[in-house]
Amino acid sequence: MSNHYVNDFPILQKTMNGKRLVYLDNGATTQKPLSVINAVQEYYAAFNANPHRGAYELSVKATQIYEDAREKVRKFLGAEKTSEIIFTKNATESLNLLAYSYGMTFINPGDEIVISIAEHHSNIVPWQQVAKAKGATLQYLYVNEAGILTDEEIEKKISSKTKIVAVTQVSNVLGIINPIEKIVHKAHSVGAVVIVDDAQSVPHFSVDVRALDVDFLVFSGHKMLAPMGVGVLYGKEHLLDKMPPFLSGGDMIEYVWEQDTSFAPLPAKFEAGTQNVGGVLGLSAAIDYIEKVGFSNIEQIEEELIHYAIPKLWQLPFITLYGCDDLSKKTGVISFNVKDIHPHDVSSILDADGVAIRAGHHCAHPLMQYLGVNATCRASFYFYNTREDVDALINALGRVRGVLGYES
Amino acid sequence: MNLSEIYTEIIAEHNKSKRNKKQLENPTVILKGRNPSCGDEIELALKVEKNIIQDASFTGVGCAISQASTSMMIDLIRGQTIEKAQLLIDTFLGMIKREITEEDQLEILDEAVALQNISNMPARVKCAVLSWHTLESAITTEEGKTSESSQSSH
Ligand SMILES: Cc1ncc(COP(=O)(O)O)c(C=O)c1O
Repeated sequence: MSNHYVNDFPILQKTMNGKRLVYLDNGATTQKPLSVINAVQEYYAAFNANPHRGAYELSVKATQIYEDAREKVRKFLGAEKTSEIIFTKNATESLNLLAYSYGMTFINPGDEIVISIAEHHSNIVPWQQVAKAKGATLQYLYVNEAGILTDEEIEKKISSKTKIVAVTQVSNVLGIINPIEKIVHKAHSVGAVVIVDDAQSVPHFSVDVRALDVDFLVFSGHKMLAPMGVGVLYGKEHLLDKMPPFLSGGDMIEYVWEQDTSFAPLPAKFEAGTQNVGGVLGLSAAIDYIEKVGFSNIEQIEEELIHYAIPKLWQLPFITLYGCDDLSKKTGVISFNVKDIHPHDVSSILDADGVAIRAGHHCAHPLMQYLGVNATCRASFYFYNTREDVDALINALGRVRGVLGYES
Repeated sequence: MNLSEIYTEIIAEHNKSKRNKKQLENPTVILKGRNPSCGDEIELALKVEKNIIQDASFTGVGCAISQASTSMMIDLIRGQTIEKAQLLIDTFLGMIKREITEEDQLEILDEAVALQNISNMPARVKCAVLSWHTLESAITTEEGKTSESSQSSH
């Protein structure tokens, strides 16, 4: 029942409140395997220097580590060139870079920016800022009752006025996989660029930016085994080339005069200041680990877990599930509510059994409003989770109503 | 953390009870309190006459801790003077911050002492204090009104 991956994750050996830690909040952040922890430690123990700045061996080595990681990310995403891979701090910063550099430059009054109702706040708020500053309109793609983006909705909302379509490939609340190919096809037919938020996708299945033909794609390392503080922006070279810098200062310049500056070529143009080289090396080690496990394996494990968990949840009369009608279009994310009990109480009660889930609005207020709920509970799996973890969740859920004096 | 220390019978009872959860007739002050991070939102209504909280009630959504804390607070302040309400607020917040631990000092909180252990659950402290902070703002608003009206009568 248990799988051997668990052994690679020191934190999963811990007990919580005297119980085995059952970590089901992978949508928020994943745990880190020893190989990633060691890579970061080794960087600081053996290779630390400021890359691109020194002519001495350590700096050269740090530069090499940093640029090798960029090459690894390029391959991982199937991008054409390393100049198309920009390191950031997280998905949020990548999206802000796009909003402030691309959005503020190329959006004009009357233009439309299309996003979906299932976006994380990080793919909503920056576009609201652009729309307000530029007199553009923010249009929403609404999902149907099952949480699915339909062809009709895509056809209806993406029009000749649309200049940017920014959508998540997987909803962090519902785990539903959106039809990115259709969105790209429609958006390109009207001349819009497509930005894909892959924070919840890249960790869970193989993504090929050229096969998808997306213009930009963003993700965070920490949701795919890497340390916090490192993220990625992929962009097609010809688009990144025509965008102005987002942050400016050291490392992003070619030459600086008293009154003017010429900017460095890609990717340095978008990487101002000293970067998180240790974190980037951690991301590189995380990609190695994920590739060793293999995406077909990861997908299969997560699929088995939701096919095991959801029927069990269906049997609990006090559970309401969201976005669980079609399990074929879903990653390992389950949103639910317990009748009469607020998600925060559910989460606290499960915590006493060592079960860690997320409760709240999941940084998706507009989706919560649209679903007509105040908050939900969310269990999200990764490949190191097991059926035993699901059993622990189901058992703990059975106790929740009783703790607050309700009948089961 | 021991669950039964937090989710006591008193909390469960107040959470379910609708006694104080309703619209108030002719309130003199209504104030919203929110925990943006968890989406808890209550609306506290007071009817203050001659410095006395004649009646109070609340509406809104939230977890058992915030709902129970609000309900217990309303039981405590109904019929009390503004000054007594302020003392209750100070004592409750002092208890949560563990600044007030003496039993005889906490006595005035009556059933609300059941929330003393919430400080063992840092993630939930804000749920317990939401209504008390809201009450404090409501009192300030109410006092502002009286001082305004007394000023205008000059
Ligand atoms: C779909 C989605 N987009 C963006 C983000 C933001 O990620 P970060 O906080 O790492 O920038 C998240 C994280 O919760 C997410 O789930």
